[in-house]
Amino acid sequence: MKILVGIKRVVDYNVRIRVRPDGSGVDTDGVKMSINPFDEIALEEALRIKEAGNAEEVILVSIGGEACQQQLRTGLAMGADRAIQVQADSHIQPLTAARALLKVVEKEEPGLVILGKQAIDDDNNQTGQMLAALWNRPQATFASKLQLDGDKATVTREVDGGLETIEIDLPAVVTTDLRLNQPRFVKLPDIMKAKRKPLDTISLEELGVSPENDIKIGQHEPPPQRSRGIMVEDAAQLLKELRNRGLI
Amino acid sequence: MPDREIPAREVIQYDVVIVGAGPAGLACAIRLKQLKPELTVAVIEKSSEIGAHILSGAVIEPGPLDELLPGWRDKPPPICVAADKDELWFLSKTGARRLPTPPQMHNKGNFIVSLGALCAWLAPQAEVLEVDIFPGYAAAEIRYGEDGGVKGVIIGDMGVDKEGNPKDSYVEGIEIHAAITVLAEGCRGHLTKRLIQKFKLNADSQPQTYGIGMKELWRVESGKCRPGLVQHTIGWPLDSAVYGGSFMYHLDKDRVAVGFVAGLDYADPEFRPFEAFQQFKHHPKFRDLFEGGEILSSGARAIVEGGYQALPKTEMPGAILIGDAAGILNVPKIKGTHQAIRSGMLAAEHLAQNSAHNLQSAGFDAKLRASPVMSELRKVRNIRPGFYKGLWRGLVTAAIETVTLGKLPRTLPLHADDTAYGLLGEYESPDRGWLERELPPRDRLASVYFAATEHDEDQPVHLHILEPDVCTSRCTEEYGNPCTRFCPAAVYEMVEDQGDDGRGRHLQINAANCVHCKTCDIKDPYQIIDWVTPEGGAGPNYQNL
Amino acid sequence: MSTNDKHVLVIAEHDGQSLNASTARTVHCASRIEGEVHVAVLGKDIDSVAEEAAKIEGVNKVIAVSGDHLADPLAANLAPEIASLAEDYSHVLGPSTTFGKDVMPRVAALLGVNQVSDIMSVEGERQFKRPIYAGNAIVDVTVPDGVKVVATARAASWSQAEAGGSAEIEKRSATTEPPGHTRFVGLKAGGGERPDLQSAPRVVSGGRALGSSENFELVFKLADKLGAAVGASRAAVDAGYVPNDMQVGQTGKIISPELYMAFGISGAIQHITGIKDAGTIVAINKDPEAPIFEIADIGLVGDLFSIIPEIEEQL
Repeated sequence: MKILVGIKRVVDYNVRIRVRPDGSGVDTDGVKMSINPFDEIALEEALRIKEAGNAEEVILVSIGGEACQQQLRTGLAMGADRAIQVQADSHIQPLTAARALLKVVEKEEPGLVILGKQAIDDDNNQTGQMLAALWNRPQATFASKLQLDGDKATVTREVDGGLETIEIDLPAVVTTDLRLNQPRFVKLPDIMKAKRKPLDTISLEELGVSPENDIKIGQHEPPPQRSRGIMVEDAAQLLKELRNRGLI
Repeated sequence: MPDREIPAREVIQYDVVIVGAGPAGLACAIRLKQLKPELTVAVIEKSSEIGAHILSGAVIEPGPLDELLPGWRDKPPPICVAADKDELWFLSKTGARRLPTPPQMHNKGNFIVSLGALCAWLAPQAEVLEVDIFPGYAAAEIRYGEDGGVKGVIIGDMGVDKEGNPKDSYVEGIEIHAAITVLAEGCRGHLTKRLIQKFKLNADSQPQTYGIGMKELWRVESGKCRPGLVQHTIGWPLDSAVYGGSFMYHLDKDRVAVGFVAGLDYADPEFRPFEAFQQFKHHPKFRDLFEGGEILSSGARAIVEGGYQALPKTEMPGAILIGDAAGILNVPKIKGTHQAIRSGMLAAEHLAQNSAHNLQSAGFDAKLRASPVMSELRKVRNIRPGFYKGLWRGLVTAAIETVTLGKLPRTLPLHADDTAYGLLGEYESPDRGWLERELPPRDRLASVYFAATEHDEDQPVHLHILEPDVCTSRCTEEYGNPCTRFCPAAVYEMVEDQGDDGRGRHLQINAANCVHCKTCDIKDPYQIIDWVTPEGGAGPNYQNL
Repeated sequence: MSTNDKHVLVIAEHDGQSLNASTARTVHCASRIEGEVHVAVLGKDIDSVAEEAAKIEGVNKVIAVSGDHLADPLAANLAPEIASLAEDYSHVLGPSTTFGKDVMPRVAALLGVNQVSDIMSVEGERQFKRPIYAGNAIVDVTVPDGVKVVATARAASWSQAEAGGSAEIEKRSATTEPPGHTRFVGLKAGGGERPDLQSAPRVVSGGRALGSSENFELVFKLADKLGAAVGASRAAVDAGYVPNDMQVGQTGKIISPELYMAFGISGAIQHITGIKDAGTIVAINKDPEAPIFEIADIGLVGDLFSIIPEIEEQL
């Protein structure tokens, strides 16, 4: 089967985030960009499935401007077979992303779509679920373990209450959580090999998708600063204060 | 340090492999391709992104850049402000007196840049010429040929855990073999250090000496920044026995690059360079510049100061040294970038004389010594050592050497930094008049936050203590563990375990904080700290420094 | 009810027996939006849960939808049912728990709209603030007129609405069929008696000042008394007092408990990054200059070795 992996170009998780003084957004001028960490985990999982002999092809998709080709090349260097860049000029919201991915899915007919659970810029955590809904197929979100078994899969999910296990029929959408795997490093010679792997570009319009019902993004501000609170004298006062606040 | 036996790995071959994507390395790569496009050239860089480990003032002289890339002024790097006004200040605890600007500090025609951003701007220009640049890969060891010469480099393994065992993500480092390996690691490069020892490249040179440079990029309150203003200070908060001073370079968009240099030949074992930097910002004349501002980025890097007297032989079989790996920074100008670019271009021109199957390192050293790189160093060779006798004698020597253009028939000797210490208890720390301070960052840990340094904590510690017993015995008695004070990132801590199963008093190494400045490798009094590369991609993520 | 009615539908989270606290939080958020608040309880045997929901202050009506295939929290089964209920509402809100994060976006896609994830505050009927970049920036967003609002309410931002209401309960049967392609196998509750550090509402943490792994027992004992999870600063982990999965901070876990008590932790920025979204931060430290006091809501300068036992005693 084919596995489709979606990756997003995001501000690297090490970058110290700063809101622009005019509130128009976050300062991304000259900052380091990387593959969304959850997407790297998604790709790693796909590669392991292929290496285990359960998939013949791992295809990458990224929706964005030309710059996201950099991340696609890194993904190809990790071991993906080919890449598709869906050219989109402006910031795409999850529903549009899901619709675009659906078009790719309809063309490629993968047995599995693996996405990161959320992008560390928008923190929306929606695209995988939306794709599954539009595709009318199962979703297994926050996966920490994925076991394939013919045309089914057993997925262990990290939920608030502990670990939940579900069984899904393929094809399906899986979104990754942090503990699913640890992505491999790229071997230097593979960077050279990746330059020769296919990378195709198709525009959002050519896919027949255009943004609809987009949420309007307004002003940005830094998080509220915590400041010094009250000081208490001893354990008794502390407990009194905590009880008053309903915390114990 | 003996050479380890390293079994052979996958090999890729280039004509030239350059270690380090700083200004020297990139200039060398670009020049090589300009002169001989058929040569295959690779540049490997341990930082995850070009520029992420680069930190410098910096006011650069554009001459060599004009030679390398004639059209660069039409498409300059993102941070590039023409230097417009120079000021040199002498500070006392409460006062500031303007001094006449010495000739080396006249910056008309020069540019204030972020060296990191400049390297990030140079890299794609090298790639266009088909240089293969590989950020995120650390050259961990040298591969020697059967003849004992340098055959190439060995990339460090990645995905190794604390005990040295492979993790899930393990990838074995490959070897890159080349006819010539160009070491462009910058100040106190770890491979360069080994090569100098192995090939006795410093047999005829004086000991190399260094400084520590610490820098913060600030966004100051509107109206306070004067783009193009270049300021330097000497005096307070240092006492006259410590060489150094501050810089403030005013950029655009309300940004000011502020930094502090302290010579690492200081004798006071209790001296704290980071604290000196923070004190400086509180001087009554300059404090207001920082009030109400915010720190965007910060970091530190050792600076090579030995210059003319300390320059080692820069060639050996199969390899050459360029840039500050060799040590060509001009201390009185506080500029090394133009020298780095020059040396990189010179190296390229030397190599390009021959064809790919006949690349030679031999002859490079002579060319370097006959070039403007060396004559520039020669001219100022006595200035830095003049300060060994203190600030005032140093200023007098500097004045004389400047006026006589360095032509006096004398060359002052250098002394090593690690042997400069006075003993704890014997050396009297002067009262430097330091104050209570309130400006950020509150301490080294807070400063490290802005360096965005990152190391997977589950990897071997990259700071090797060759004789760990010394730390809790001799070093404590003799010098009071100065590593806990000179490291700008609070990597070293002496801690006390209370439990019975605890280790009692011991040295704790917070390797994850390391910003790769190399100060510990230089200034540890017993020379038992050996800095090696951590996993490729680890380390600081400097932005615009 | 016509589609022009502006009412908010809250999707309840429960385990078949009782409501998850997240429901009362979501109701609180919903009550800030104009219109009535109706709570939908979907499941198999849900009478007791529905009654509990009816008692939440601010709830006008409870709709209890029962169906065998709604017994387990499977988004594939729940989302179509929720989407069909949602036709009558202008807003559909879920909690920002793993349950809500799993099902609500599927609902949004079925309704053809984007979702507003993790509402921190309600600025207007269709205007909200939410965190992005792991909470390092807050953005104000507006859902365009005529577009249904599908959203999740960020747990840490909303206290639970009080009990004290008495809403009517309307019972219905499910109208949708399960697709059949997703099956619930089981749930393994978080191991151990202590709550999971990542999601615990109360966390007690120790720093290097504890001095040894034996001394760390003091922290564990206090945590047990409080029913709290236990965390540690990086310094304590590096010193070997506790394993590294207990590390709280920039390179460890980033948590947002309601109550965070830090013993002998100085409050370096790397640690604070891990707790900046906590509800109430309490700091106990010997050093009055410790940076943690600059951001702690309640501070106590003193020796943790006497204070911890005192607290335990008086609890």
